Amino acid sequence: MTRALISVPPKAKRGEVIEIKTLISHEMEPGYRADSTGKLKPRDIITDFICKYNGEEIFRAELFPAISANPFFVFTTVAAESGKLTFEWTGDNGFSATESADITVE
Amino acid sequence: MSEQSRMSQATRRQFLVKAACAAGGLALVPVVTAGPARATPASMRTAMKNVVGEATVRKGKVTMDLPPLIENGNAVSLSVAVDSPMTAEDYVKAIHVFNEKNPQPNVVSVHLGPRAGKANIATRIRLADSQKVIAIAEMSDGSFWSDEVEVVVTLAACLEGSVP
Repeated sequence: MTRALISVPPKAKRGEVIEIKTLISHEMEPGYRADSTGKLKPRDIITDFICKYNGEEIFRAELFPAISANPFFVFTTVAAESGKLTFEWTGDNGFSATESADITVE
Repeated sequence: MSEQSRMSQATRRQFLVKAACAAGGLALVPVVTAGPARATPASMRTAMKNVVGEATVRKGKVTMDLPPLIENGNAVSLSVAVDSPMTAEDYVKAIHVFNEKNPQPNVVSVHLGPRAGKANIATRIRLADSQKVIAIAEMSDGSFWSDEVEVVVTLAACLEGSVP
């Protein structure tokens, strides 16, 4: 089961720079490790992460096997208007997860 | 206890010790063999060239924060801050991080825009060896700026239980 944790301030002043933290549970198997029988485990990682603010992309990351298990990102955005932040992760073997958070801008 | 039974017990003990050694020896075989192909300073330069092209990369504006001594290479806190006003005319387009000795030279690439407000990002990465890590910032005017950190890693990521 995939579990994502998002931290977005629920309220912000217009024009304020807010910090967003995201964490998603994923093994991030790099493709260089062996299982207990000595067989190489195939790569299984999240390759892309996109954050949109009311539909407009504000942050995008390309992930490589060097990203730790349970990928964690911290980034910022300007609180422009009230609305919804959406988060989308995609990866190997058809992996896909989405999450969203609401923000009120005063 | 008779002389005979002491003898047979000793033999049994020796047999058990030998059997355990043999089993242990077998289990160790995959560990002793060589690791997988690694990135090299040359492959890191190639990966950097794919991003930068012919542009020159200047030192400055970028501050990368990595602990200099890393006990566990499986989860290393990495943060990058770039000195930029982040306005519509002058902002950081992307931050790329590279390394010398992981199996692959790329670590992460993030794409930002003026809506970020600040060019500050943080994540957690894997490091397979003591090595140099480089962060390159791509500005909206097409210039590239970098910062590099030498790290010492005592427990490597990726390579435990690896096969040849």
